[in-house]
Amino acid sequence: MTEPTSNRIAIIAVHGTMDLAYPPLILATSALALDMEAAIFFTFFGLDIIKKGKADKLQIAPIANPSMPMPVPNIVGMLPGMTAVATGMMNGWMKNANVAKLSDLLTLAVEGGVRMIACQMTMDVMGIKKEDLIDGIEVGGAAAFLSYASQNAITLSF
Amino acid sequence: MAITPDDVLDCSGLACPMPILKTKKAVDALQIGQVLKMIATDPGSTSDMKAWTEKTGHELVASEIEGDKFIFFIKKTK
Repeated sequence: MTEPTSNRIAIIAVHGTMDLAYPPLILATSALALDMEAAIFFTFFGLDIIKKGKADKLQIAPIANPSMPMPVPNIVGMLPGMTAVATGMMNGWMKNANVAKLSDLLTLAVEGGVRMIACQMTMDVMGIKKEDLIDGIEVGGAAAFLSYASQNAITLSF
Repeated sequence: MAITPDDVLDCSGLACPMPILKTKKAVDALQIGQVLKMIATDPGSTSDMKAWTEKTGHELVASEIEGDKFIFFIKKTK
């Protein structure tokens, strides 16, 4: 077996919905368990994942989401309160399946040494300050991510 | 041949990725040559434990299924 291997994963998190917050955190924490190193670059709405106290309040979008286990027609999904309803249902299912909370995965990622990079440019655009983010976050730009990723990283975007 | 584990980790009920994260921690705490018995109920753990031992170089000595439980014996190699 002489297949080239990589021991590094570089992930971009662009979205702030619950379903899209899980994969970056699951992959990064699992990478640590596989003796790999990991970085996540949080940009645009992905910054919500690392806002203080926000991780467990991320929501599911019922609109334009035909994959909901109970499909919600868009015309119903756009009614006030439907996002909360969909999120409540999803949270219930996640809890029944005993899935770790996003806040727990975040803590494991930070404490395990995942490099957590918040995108400076989108922080400025959205008026987010470093003190709005959880501890252990580095603020950086595209070069910080690329420099990390260019060293033989598996790269994924969510 | 019965394997006598040096430590037992029960991950019953836990979903991905917790069994892997807890297994890593438990194996780290062992001495080289010692064996961890890990119990999971997540059916995905069969492929995950195989992949985890392949990637980390620890040895999956044995695995068995008992009812709804998946049981793994992992020897720390380094």
